[in-house]
Amino acid sequence: MTLLYSLSGLSYHIQSWLTRLLGNTMAVLVSEMVIVGLCLIGFLVLLSFTLGYMERRVAAFMQLRLGPNRVGPKGTLQIIADTIKLLFKEGLTPTNADKFMFNLAPYIMIITTMLVTAPLAFARNFQIWDLNIGVFYVSAVSSISVIGILMAGWSSNNKYSLLGAMRSGAQIVSYELSIGLSLISIVILTGSLRISDIVMSQQNGWWIFKGHLPALIAFVIFIVASTAEINRAPFDLAEAEQELTAGFHTEYAGMKFAMFLLSEYVNLFIVSALAATLFLGGWMPFHIGSWSGFNHVMDFIPSSLWFMGKTFFVIFIIMWFRWTFPRLRVDQLLNLEWKYLLPISMLNVLLMTLVALLGWHG
Amino acid sequence: MGSVSLILLLICGLAFAGGGIFLSWVVAKTKKNAVKGEPYECGIPTTGTSWIQFHVGYYLFALIFLVFDVELVFLFPWAVVVTKVGWTALTEIVIFMFILFMGLLYAWKKGALKWM
Repeated sequence: MTLLYSLSGLSYHIQSWLTRLLGNTMAVLVSEMVIVGLCLIGFLVLLSFTLGYMERRVAAFMQLRLGPNRVGPKGTLQIIADTIKLLFKEGLTPTNADKFMFNLAPYIMIITTMLVTAPLAFARNFQIWDLNIGVFYVSAVSSISVIGILMAGWSSNNKYSLLGAMRSGAQIVSYELSIGLSLISIVILTGSLRISDIVMSQQNGWWIFKGHLPALIAFVIFIVASTAEINRAPFDLAEAEQELTAGFHTEYAGMKFAMFLLSEYVNLFIVSALAATLFLGGWMPFHIGSWSGFNHVMDFIPSSLWFMGKTFFVIFIIMWFRWTFPRLRVDQLLNLEWKYLLPISMLNVLLMTLVALLGWHG
Repeated sequence: MGSVSLILLLICGLAFAGGGIFLSWVVAKTKKNAVKGEPYECGIPTTGTSWIQFHVGYYLFALIFLVFDVELVFLFPWAVVVTKVGWTALTEIVIFMFILFMGLLYAWKKGALKWM
């Protein structure tokens, strides 16, 4: 039963089939890499289509509109039509721009988002690379994207872009601290930075339930700070449409613009996946204490569905924020981080250590 | 898959971004003219370049960020072993964090956290 549903079983079968077919280990490795690469690219494209569609529909329903509903069934093909439109747009480069940096920036954004997906656990035993510093790796590599943003903004030689990029840079580096501290408060409980260890430690309850108040505080801080980290409303000062047109990607058009859009959506997925992994148990099914019948039914749902369900729940919350809170000013934004979130999360780390040392976590 | 996956992901990213942009370059019709190359500023002619000095506030925030980011790097290995080491680890990190917090308060008092 488990083999039928599980992605790890599927990948195992593909591997053994390739070994029988090709024999040579080198050929197997190369063909595996090609398969993984194609799957990943396909997954990311599908993901950004889904999120693009979801964003517009959620926004529409929250404002009592219908949203895209003409192209394809329920408007699902709208986003593909948009991609084709973007493909046929002329990719302009401003005359005064720094041409090399201007063209390099989209590549940096995409490569960073690709690299961050490596340690994410999509299902039971289904990861690209389960490295022993998984959480640290994610927080380290994802901060490279700020270089891409600054590069894009500065090289455009446009005042809107420069302002947007500088704001975005200040915002991202500030909120990274709170994200790091809330990650650390979970690492204290697990005693490991490996993503698979963190998921396995939640077998008898997710950290948000087991970690008492400090875990809840850390979860809230993580969600708020990561909303700021990926430049989404109410923290979207970097691309505040009404004042800066589009912020750091004002000058980008066509496919280069699409790359920024895609990396934005994939980043949304990555932070939500991280929240789901650390606080909501990753691919672990929902269990209630000793209700073995209920637990058994929950086990029947494939682990990949659990992971996706939790991730999309967090994504929905972040989309909900956008239509609930008005945009902050720059000074309010920096005050929130430096005067409230940072001291609170520093205190929260100490509180969590106390909980862990007293052995209150399950 | 091991560390080889990093190279794979790097190639994937390059191929994806490069492929998309190349495809667009092939199929899209380009027609150059001088007006298209101007910076987009809502129709108003631009005055001067954008590569100018900007506000020092950003620099101050970058400096404080650097201090706290280094703190994070110290905290990650600490967090992994804290439950094994026990109360000594907690005492030490309380002292460490207290000093850092004093640093934050100092910056606050000096007005480094004030915008404009």
